[in-house]
This record gives sequence, C-alpha cells and structure tokens, in this order.
Amino acid sequence: MKIKTIAEFAAEGTSPEILFWVGCAGSFDARAQRITKAFAQILNHVGVSFGILGKEEMCNGDPARRAGNEFLFQMMAHNNIALLNGYGIKKVVTICPHCFNIFKNEYPALGGTYEVIHHTTFLQSLINEGKLVLKGGGSFKGKKITYHDSCYLGRANGIYEAPREVLAALDVELVEMKRCKTNGLCCGAGGAQMFKEDEPGKTRINYERSNEAIDTGASIIAANCPFCTTMLVDGVKTAEKEEDVKVLDIAEMVAQSLGLS
Amino acid sequence: MQLLPQIIFIVLACAAIFLFAKNVGRIQRNILLGRDASEGDRKDRSGQRWRNVFLLAFGQKKMFKRPLPALFHFFVYAGFVLINIEVLEIMIDGIFQGGPHHTFEPILGGFYAVVIGFFEILAVLTLVAVVVFLIRRNVLKVPRLAMKELDGWPKKDANTILFIEIVLMLMLLLMNAAEGAIHTQETGHGGFLISGLLVPLFSGMSVDTLHTLQIICWWGHILGIFAFLNYLPYSKHFHILLAFPNAYYTRLEPQGELQNMPEIQKEVALMMDPSAAAAPTDEAAAEPPRFGARDVQDLSWKNLLDAYSCTECGRCTAVCPANLTGKLLSPRRIMMATRDRLEEVGKALNAGKDWKEDGKSLLHDYISVEELRACTTCNACVEACPVGIEPLDIIVQLRRNLVMEESNAPGEWNAMFSNIENNMAPWKFSPDDRDKWAEELMAES
Repeated sequence: MKIKTIAEFAAEGTSPEILFWVGCAGSFDARAQRITKAFAQILNHVGVSFGILGKEEMCNGDPARRAGNEFLFQMMAHNNIALLNGYGIKKVVTICPHCFNIFKNEYPALGGTYEVIHHTTFLQSLINEGKLVLKGGGSFKGKKITYHDSCYLGRANGIYEAPREVLAALDVELVEMKRCKTNGLCCGAGGAQMFKEDEPGKTRINYERSNEAIDTGASIIAANCPFCTTMLVDGVKTAEKEEDVKVLDIAEMVAQSLGLS
Repeated sequence: MQLLPQIIFIVLACAAIFLFAKNVGRIQRNILLGRDASEGDRKDRSGQRWRNVFLLAFGQKKMFKRPLPALFHFFVYAGFVLINIEVLEIMIDGIFQGGPHHTFEPILGGFYAVVIGFFEILAVLTLVAVVVFLIRRNVLKVPRLAMKELDGWPKKDANTILFIEIVLMLMLLLMNAAEGAIHTQETGHGGFLISGLLVPLFSGMSVDTLHTLQIICWWGHILGIFAFLNYLPYSKHFHILLAFPNAYYTRLEPQGELQNMPEIQKEVALMMDPSAAAAPTDEAAAEPPRFGARDVQDLSWKNLLDAYSCTECGRCTAVCPANLTGKLLSPRRIMMATRDRLEEVGKALNAGKDWKEDGKSLLHDYISVEELRACTTCNACVEACPVGIEPLDIIVQLRRNLVMEESNAPGEWNAMFSNIENNMAPWKFSPDDRDKWAEELMAES
C-alpha cells in the first residue's frame, strides 16, 4: 500500500479527508511503529482518504511544555501550526493521546484550530457508521482483556467509552481494573517522565500499574497510547509475564481481527 | 435583671464577629496577592459555575466516590448547616433575653418540638460521625490520614476540630435534656426526642439546679460556637466556608489543557517573524515578567484560594501515582506548603505595610525540586479533590520557573529539549527517518 503525504496531495491540488498525525513515538519507536502501521492499514482497509506529513511532521512540544520549557513548546507549536494552517488542514486523527490533547486543547489558543480525533474514537465512529465491520472479533472473541485508560484520553479529555465500545465490538470479555476510568492509574510516562529516570521511591509507577493489570487475569492489556504501551510492556516484562500477557493498542487488535497484520 | 447577661452576650457576639471578619479580611487580602486566573479570571460561564457549587459543594458529589466517609461527612455537614437554624434562635434569645428563651416556640407551636427533635437527631448523627472520624484518624490510622506530612500541627488541628464538635453537640443535648427534666418535674411529662432519654439521669436534681445546668450549657454552646468561629481562619476547617467559592471558581476547561503563557507566545512570534517586531508594542516598557512561579505572589489567586480551601483530606495524595510508589511528591503537601508560605507572607504584611523579600520562596524553601520532578501530570489529584482544587496547576508553574529562570532540569530533560530543537523529536533520531515506517509498510504489502 502507498501512504501519501499531505505535500503529495497538495502537489496534485487535492487534500485528503484526514491528516493522520503519527507523533514521535509512532514514527520512531519500534514498538509504537506497529501501532502506526496497524492504524494505517485499517484506514486503507476502510478506504478513508488520509495523508501524513511525513518528514515535515515535528514534535508538538508536549514533553517540553509539561517539563516546564514553555519557550521550546511555543516554538514547536508555532512551526506546527504554520505548517498545518499552510496546508489548510481541517481534520486531524492521531494515535497518541498526548498529541490529541495538545491539538484539541492547547493549539486553539495559539491559532491552530482543527477537528481533532483520537484513533479509538475514530475507530468507534467507523464501526457505528458501518464502515468498519468486525466479524465477531475473530481471535479476540471471549478473551479476557483489561483496558488501561491513559490519563490524557481519560481524565484529561473525558473519553472513556469509545475505546471500550471498540473492545465490545471485538466481542472480548472486558475485566476492569479496580482503578479505571476517572480513577485510572497513570502508567508513569506523562509529564515528560518518559524521558528521565524516576525519583527515588519504593517502585516504578509502570510496575505498579502493570501488576494491577496482570492481577485481573487478563491475557491482553489493551491500551490507547504509545507511551502507555511502552511502559506496560516494560512492566509486564519485569513481572516475567510476557508469555501470558500481551500489551496491545486497540488499533493493533482491530487490525489483527481483520487479518491485516 | 436580664440586662447584664444581654449586654455580655451582645459584647461577646460583636467581638467574635468582629475578630472573625478581621481574619477573613486578612485571608482575602492574602488570596488577592495572586495574579489573574485563567479562563478570563473565572468571570465567565456563571451558569456552569453555579452548577458546580450545587453539585460539588452542596451536593458533595465527589465525596461519594468513597461512600462510607462521605456518609459520615454528610451527617456532620447536614448537622452544621441545619443546626445553625437553632443557633439563630440562640442568637435572638441572647440578644433580646440574655439566655435561653425559645423565641421560635410560639411561632412554630406544636411543630417546635418536632424541629428540635430533628436537630437532636442531627446532633447525634454528628456525634457518631465525629467519633468515627476520631477512630479513623487515631486508631485505625487510615493511611491518607496518618501520613508523616500531617505530623504536628495538622494532626492536632484535625483532632481539635473533632473535639470541639463533640463538646458543642454534647452541650446542645445536655441543654435540652435539662430543660426536658424541668418540664418533667413540673408537668409530669416532657423532654425532646433524643435528649428526653437523658431525663431520668437528672431525676434527683432540683428545678433550680436544672435551670443552672441549662443556662451553663446554653452559654457553653454559644461561646463554643464563637470560639470555633474564630478558630476557623487558623485551621484547615476553613473549608466549610471556602468550599463554596472554590467550587464556583474551579476550572471548567478540559483538565488536560495547560494554561497558556501569552508573554512567551508573543516573544516566540516575534522571533519567528521579525517583521512583526516593527509593529509597536505597548508592553515594551513593562516590567519583564517572571516566567512561571517562584513564590506565592506569582501564582494565581485561584491557586491561593485553593490553598485556603484545602482541608487536608488527602484524597489527592491517595491517588497520586508518584506518592503511591513512594516518591516524595504529595499533592496535599503542595497545597499545605502553599498555604504555609502564604500565611508567612501574610504575617509580614500584618506587621508592616509593604512586602519585602525575606530571602525565602515557595520554590525550594517550601516545595523541593525532587517533589516537582516526580509529577506525571496525570490529573488524578485534580479529579480526586471534592472541592475543585488544582494542585497540578501549581506544580506546572513552579516547574516552569525551575526550567526557564534557573535552567534547572535533569540532564535527560536537557537532552530531550535539545533533541526536540534539533531533531524535531524528543529522541535522537534523524527527521529523515520519520516516515520510515510508511516505506516499510509499502514494502511489506
């Protein structure tokens, strides 16, 4: 399959329905690239017209802003907004809740206003519209699965149901962790923690969360964020459970059930 | 005959109210040291804000996430709000009669005993709840109520509040019991719903003794209330008043949105587009802003209102991922430290006229770098707070000051910053590889 960039669309004088904003994790991190590919394959399968920015995409500045470096954030925001507005982008879909939050909540004040959709919400609407048909979930049917609410999709933006509805469409047996939805426990990556060592403490946050997920007895931990995925994979590995428990993004699960990957 | 107690009552009531008003005025002055708050200084969307007052403050919606403590808290809350109607009668009795008189009795007729009975039920429920709270704090040592950060004054404060509440409720019930005993001796029947059960205890006492007991309890109750009123401004218990405005002013935007810094936005815009620099700017002469917050005056008044509204319940800290995994950070301590520092600044203002730097600041002297660094910005603390306090907002502003004014960041963060600046990603990857996955996907299928 051929993935076109927005620049290529522009050169043809057209524009796709959506910009697929991949994000840094989805672009560079080996584990997260699998999520990116899965989502692109779903879009391709459904026939949604989409483009990526390719080499023109830049960090939106989230870790810089959360660490306190507002200057760097504002620089990245300025350049990104100039780029997106230059292409006349209207609708952005992203697989990263941090990117989602920045675009939806923080760029409008800086002159970047777009319709912003997180990929789990996008998948849910594709299902609701009948464009995406999951035939009873395939290999996930009846499987015990737990779902980890990312902070930036959940508390930060109040999206709890869309990802769960996609899981329901996969016909899984959803077992909730005690700390879920508004009470969900962070994976430990947010607020630029992903990029530094923990402060001294009893344990790491991702170990705490992974153990909670493992204790549900689920064979899959479903996630919606590439950073959460990294943290949970690490936590499951540390608990030596990687044989029994897999961490998968919801897009990966959908792609697998469609036989796309 | 009644004149002396009347005068004493009026003088004490005025003194209590005057002193309370003075301290509230000081707290208001301290809060207003803060800068403007986000969301148009919280002057917008009054409908939604009132809704929060009803849901969060009156309705205690978020308290009920933990149903058992919420129920007991509701007893005390209902007791406090409704028994105040009886306090109104006590005030009227005191001003016009100098002692217990039951001004409302002729107005309410037979219904009066029902109302008093209802108040007595509330008083008993309050007593039960307060005893449960004392047990939770001191015997069961519920983790969030027994943490080290509460050692010293905060623990003493909490127990003092509960103790005063017990005394006040006992005074109320004893006062009514004494009156019931008088009625019983005079008419053969009497006594209110609950306190009536205590009447047999007084069977050996004379009517005069019972009158004295009633009057002692009446004065004890109202003086206790005056004292409690004036304890509030020094205590975490001030939340019984500030919970309401705090719920009104709590933020309405999605929790994920960080407050923008227009001063930096402007500077970056000028840097990126030098032609804009030609346009005249009115703030050229303005004082250079301090980036982020170093001390309480750099925070917004809402942050400072938050600090005074916090009753140190620790629901925030109990859900903080950093705290849960043994890190130093505790959102409750952030609020307590902010209030402590603000009180210190306030004391200096009380003493002199102008605030002079005292060589201390909220950052470093009250809140350490290690605490600030541990935050994942997950918003669990904000979500958990029953009265809409936002510890995260303070943490982010202090972080901004650390990074932008002190260049104080861990080496890994500095590397992340320079990667973003140079490679457009937080990791050291070549921007040319950003769409490598797409090429791979094309090759795969």
